[in-house]
Amino acid sequence: MTKQGKLKASREYPESLIDTLKKLTMLDGVSGDEKPVRDFIMERIKDRADSWHVDNIGNLIVFSKGTGLGKKVMLAAHMDEVGLLITGINDNGLIKFKTVGGIEPRVLVGKRVRIGKDRVPGVIGYKPVHLQDSSERKNAVKKSGLTIDIGAKDREQAEESVAVGDTAAFDYDPVEFGDHKLMAKALDNRVGCVMLAELLGGRYPFDLYGCFTVQEEIGLKGAKAASYAVEPDAAIILEGTTCYDLTGTDEHMMSTRLGDGPALTVMDRSVIPDRDLYRFITHTAKSLGIPWQVKRTISGGTDAGRIQVSGRGVKVCTISVPCRYIHTPVSVMDKRDFFNTLKLAEATLAGLAGWFTRDGNSGAHEPEPNESGGKSDV
Amino acid sequence: MFDTISTLVNAFGPSGRENRVAEAITHLIKDKVDEISSDAMGNLIAVKKGFGKKIMLAAHMDEIGLIITTIDEKGFLRFGTVGGVLPLISLGQRVVFENGLTGVVWYEESIESIKDAKPEKMYIDIGAKSREHAEELVEIGDMAVFEGRPVQQNGLVISRALDDRVGCAVLAELARRCPETDHEIYYVFTVQEEVGLRGARTAAYAIRPDLALAIDVTRTADTPKSRHGAVSLGKGPAIKVKDNSVIAHPAIRERLENCARENGIPYQLEVLDKGGTDAGSIHITAGGIPSGGVSIPTRFIHSASEIVNLEDAGNALKLLETFVKL
Repeated sequence: MTKQGKLKASREYPESLIDTLKKLTMLDGVSGDEKPVRDFIMERIKDRADSWHVDNIGNLIVFSKGTGLGKKVMLAAHMDEVGLLITGINDNGLIKFKTVGGIEPRVLVGKRVRIGKDRVPGVIGYKPVHLQDSSERKNAVKKSGLTIDIGAKDREQAEESVAVGDTAAFDYDPVEFGDHKLMAKALDNRVGCVMLAELLGGRYPFDLYGCFTVQEEIGLKGAKAASYAVEPDAAIILEGTTCYDLTGTDEHMMSTRLGDGPALTVMDRSVIPDRDLYRFITHTAKSLGIPWQVKRTISGGTDAGRIQVSGRGVKVCTISVPCRYIHTPVSVMDKRDFFNTLKLAEATLAGLAGWFTRDGNSGAHEPEPNESGGKSDV
Repeated sequence: MFDTISTLVNAFGPSGRENRVAEAITHLIKDKVDEISSDAMGNLIAVKKGFGKKIMLAAHMDEIGLIITTIDEKGFLRFGTVGGVLPLISLGQRVVFENGLTGVVWYEESIESIKDAKPEKMYIDIGAKSREHAEELVEIGDMAVFEGRPVQQNGLVISRALDDRVGCAVLAELARRCPETDHEIYYVFTVQEEVGLRGARTAAYAIRPDLALAIDVTRTADTPKSRHGAVSLGKGPAIKVKDNSVIAHPAIRERLENCARENGIPYQLEVLDKGGTDAGSIHITAGGIPSGGVSIPTRFIHSASEIVNLEDAGNALKLLETFVKL
């Protein structure tokens, strides 16, 4: 859909989901260090599923038994966010770091961060503009020149609160503003986590595996392990994706536009989604009048890329909430996009049993009789 | 051989949209194999039963192409590339969609130098009058492939998509010959090789063969000032030593060389510094699978006018036939 989708605020989901989302963005889960996020989610889902477990790499896998279709569906959302990893402490007490996941140095300067379990506050400082020479003013900052100031007077004092190997996250609280907008860190991919947790309440004909994955931002690592364990027949990946819809950009370079609804991927660097599953999802959106858009740029990658090629192969598709300024402390989404993405994902799940049993979608397997039991209240 | 190649290169099949190629191959071989099926990703897997070793022979069905990402208000199509498309040689080419629609690739003429003609500065003209008109003809997410019908000339084939329909053709011909062997032969026509050797991974995981060969194309060094290794057109199939994705298992390479020598089949050795093949993902699947490759020397790979020698294809067929009988 290249046309401006019609905005339609959804009233069918409680506004409290936005509060949950805000809480989740306030927790820190830099890749490899997702425990705070996982603990929060576990608390919310533990009574709503048949079983759950945390695997060796840290994925939270939640299982709901199906009502007899004999198919397995994986829903995946990654828990981790981009952030920093502490690599050393200078004699003067300044903290050295590496970035974890895709953060560019221009985003780092002047940002508040918090380090480790105790959330030690710090700031990424830089030379005052008054003291910069002309070449420093002209050229972009290099990551290697940046450190975190935690206000310690020397190395010894810094070592009392920070250790090499700690992770650090941006220290920014969510803000609702403007026209249905929410600004927060880590919308990529706490939006997916909230949606996935919400969807786990349903009972479906197929076995449902909700996989909250780890280490997506550093190479889609958690999803690979989870999908080999689950061996699903189909997987839907819930994501936050790039949005670049500002004035002056050619239409075809706007990856997505805020307010146009959930974004579907036709291809990115990691995956070419199953065309038939994609069509089923877009038809679902059309038939329910849910606005949707195609992500226009062949950029980035998601867990879908690893899940598709796991085991004997999996039919996959990605549904994303557009997020401006993604991978910064101030990513921005439209709440209506979020609710519409949730609505589309829920409707897709409700119809998926029918999709499985249609001709040609059962792969090498024999088609099995359709059974009802999926949620149909959308 | 030319007829089979011709049938297969005429089938539309960019990465992720290989089902027409799969249909064409199924039609060619279904009566000669014991089982034939497709998996979740679309790999076509045909089995000739046996009680010996499980041998997987893989050729990829997909070709490079373009994917439509935006239809602008005047009806021009913007695209992303599928696989290793060279932007500059795309200019002025005709492309064809699955429904037969033809388009022309051109560039924003405001760019300063033709070198700046990146895919995002290019578009496809399908002669549509408006966005609405174009939307009747194509959908975002549709793919197009380069046009270039097969021509037979001086013992060579000039065509689009020889990478890797020539490999598919060799494999299909082999299946049709039903080579007498005790081994169980898996003829695997894979998907999405051009975007990262994706299909072969799941096929190999499902089959768990004892050994595997990728049948693909390789670059030649016989054109003016070429820098690609030492392979020439017409000097026989190339037995893979290594490419960028795999080091061929020495025992497999040796067995292929012995087969060629003992049967008087000309061959060359392939050391490819750029590019990979399905063997790259097969050999590290499911505990490790000894893998190698037989490659058809090919000029101008990833252009709309690739060139192979028919004798090389025929000799690749003979080499594989003796290989699976051992």
